[in-house]
Amino acid sequence: MLWKTTDYTGWGRVHRAAGDLARPERAAELARLIEDSPGPAFGMRRSYNDSALNDTGRAIDMTRMTKIRAFDPETGVVEVEAGLQIGDLLRLFAPRGWIPAAMPGTGFATIGGAIAHDVHGKNHHVLGSFGQHVLSVTLLQPGGRQVVASPSRNKALFRATIGGIGQTGVIVSARLQLLRTPGPAMRVQESRIDSFDEFIARLDASSQTYTVGWIDGTARGAGLGRGILEEAELTDAAVQPARGGLPVPVDLPSFALSPPTVKLFNAAYWRKVPGRGRNSVKPIARHLFPLDKLHNWNRLYGKRGFHQFQCVVPPASVGVLREILEKIAASGLASPLSVLKRMGDGRAGMLSFPMAGYTLAIDFPARQQAETLIAELEAMTLEAGGRLYLGKDALAPGEMIKAMYPEWEAWRAEADKADPEGQLITDMVRRLALRSPR
Amino acid sequence: MTRSWIILGATSSMARAFARSVAERGDRVIVAGRDMADLKAMATDLALRGAASAEAMRFDARDPATFGPIVQKAELEPGEINVAVFVGSMPAQAEIDADPALISGVVADNFTGPVRFLAEIAPLLEARAGGTVVGVSSVAGDRGRISNYTYGAAKAGFATYLSGLRNRLTRAGAHVVTVKPGFVDTSMTWGIEGMFLVASPEKVAADILKAVEKRRNVLYTPGFWWLIMTIIKLVPERIFKKLSI
Repeated sequence: MLWKTTDYTGWGRVHRAAGDLARPERAAELARLIEDSPGPAFGMRRSYNDSALNDTGRAIDMTRMTKIRAFDPETGVVEVEAGLQIGDLLRLFAPRGWIPAAMPGTGFATIGGAIAHDVHGKNHHVLGSFGQHVLSVTLLQPGGRQVVASPSRNKALFRATIGGIGQTGVIVSARLQLLRTPGPAMRVQESRIDSFDEFIARLDASSQTYTVGWIDGTARGAGLGRGILEEAELTDAAVQPARGGLPVPVDLPSFALSPPTVKLFNAAYWRKVPGRGRNSVKPIARHLFPLDKLHNWNRLYGKRGFHQFQCVVPPASVGVLREILEKIAASGLASPLSVLKRMGDGRAGMLSFPMAGYTLAIDFPARQQAETLIAELEAMTLEAGGRLYLGKDALAPGEMIKAMYPEWEAWRAEADKADPEGQLITDMVRRLALRSPR
Repeated sequence: MTRSWIILGATSSMARAFARSVAERGDRVIVAGRDMADLKAMATDLALRGAASAEAMRFDARDPATFGPIVQKAELEPGEINVAVFVGSMPAQAEIDADPALISGVVADNFTGPVRFLAEIAPLLEARAGGTVVGVSSVAGDRGRISNYTYGAAKAGFATYLSGLRNRLTRAGAHVVTVKPGFVDTSMTWGIEGMFLVASPEKVAADILKAVEKRRNVLYTPGFWWLIMTIIKLVPERIFKKLSI
């Protein structure tokens, strides 16, 4: 059957949609679909919000478009279909000495999704965003027009496509420059961090390529901003390959991640790393995608779902970041999943998230209190000259987002040109009014 | 050891997952089906995933003239010859009831086409004294049900043939695995209502490969379908005829 009528959600499971989905498995089927009944395309729907939803409309599920079309072992240039997952690309090419140059926190994200959100990874301060390693993108635009965009050809379209939330055409395939690796493993160094100031100082001083901080969002007072700094480098050291993951078979009850349990968990997790630090060698996937071990971990938050607040603020606004963290800690609403990272200025698209500074990401169970708190944090982010992430945010008003993305109007012009009838518009684009009214 | 796989009906979701799993361990692969453009793209994909060689050939279950060239090609392949048959089609029973002319196509796709191909290639497996035939039948073949009994009957015929072929090839040291998948998340089942406990094609492919390695005879995948079908087979006909499952 071509169309499946179904309910579906974003990763945070707050936003929901009902509509018809087609899931093509061959290039010819996909081309026919976009010609006959264009709709927005999405992959694994790992965006937390409504970026991959089209309520009451049609959409194209790209997860079966997973072929590798070309690979040059000399240069590390690979061409893949957009539904291929980052983790599969890593698994297939790491043994041959090549890995994706930028990888987000989950290996389940697709190449198309990584492009459409210009994702970043733990090495962003060194190697930049995913889009900076995209050599070209092949798009199918409504009506069936095929266009190739690259940094040198259809430049504006390319910059509107990278981080362009799928509005410039369905991303069919892409050519990527992979990164050389000495082996399929990482040498990881974990250090216990006692305070926010120490965290910022250590992040600034780190000379390692893969750097990320886990932060205890419940710690207050002197312990505010305590956490664990993880620094890693690729290595040729021997390692056992990563094993398969476990499912979360049911929605957990809402008390599973209630403030007292989170506080206990966080304190224990923090103490797990000894005061003098800890070194280990792990498969790349195990280090970069720690939560992928637990399939459907979004069910931990129960059926009401959760929000992830992620902001980036410039270095001068590090004080605001501390205030944000103080507010979160005082609220007692944070979950165990909180990440602090230094970010470089690497970005490849008009709506790309990254900017030089620090990025903080914290999950909150979806409750009224949390939404009120997030609204305050969003206002503080704007005030600080920072930005919210379109792959995560589900609450900010459109005017705020537009104020954070100075190239928004140029992007809108390209999107309107590529999709004049607005057939690729998603729930998020509608909610934020990012496209021209029609 | 050099292993070659001939995969029929290769553009299907399950076949693609299976072809990738044997490609990733370095086997040689011939993918055969009707959509040559997709098969060629698939051969490139398999080679880049690690297949020692990968080629696309035309196979149409309703056109026996396409069988010979594949068998001849297989004769030139080195080492152990293996065949995996994923060919099949499942029009809705209501469509078949409205147009009985569809029946010969269903029988050709699910039974006579694959069976004739296997009859033509069996001597090669005997001559090489090894290799495995994977035949994908269906739990639908275990009992005729109102919802898809034409398809089920063709699959039952195929399963019976595979049982006989196993009996024959085992004497030469070759093996036959009969696969009976339950509900699998493929393009054939996309959007069909009433599906439950749906397995991914990758899970089914992994189960099949394990069954090949362990020389299992009949594989229900996912495994719990063995239990479901055992119960369904035990229901007396006088009761079964009134059920609509």
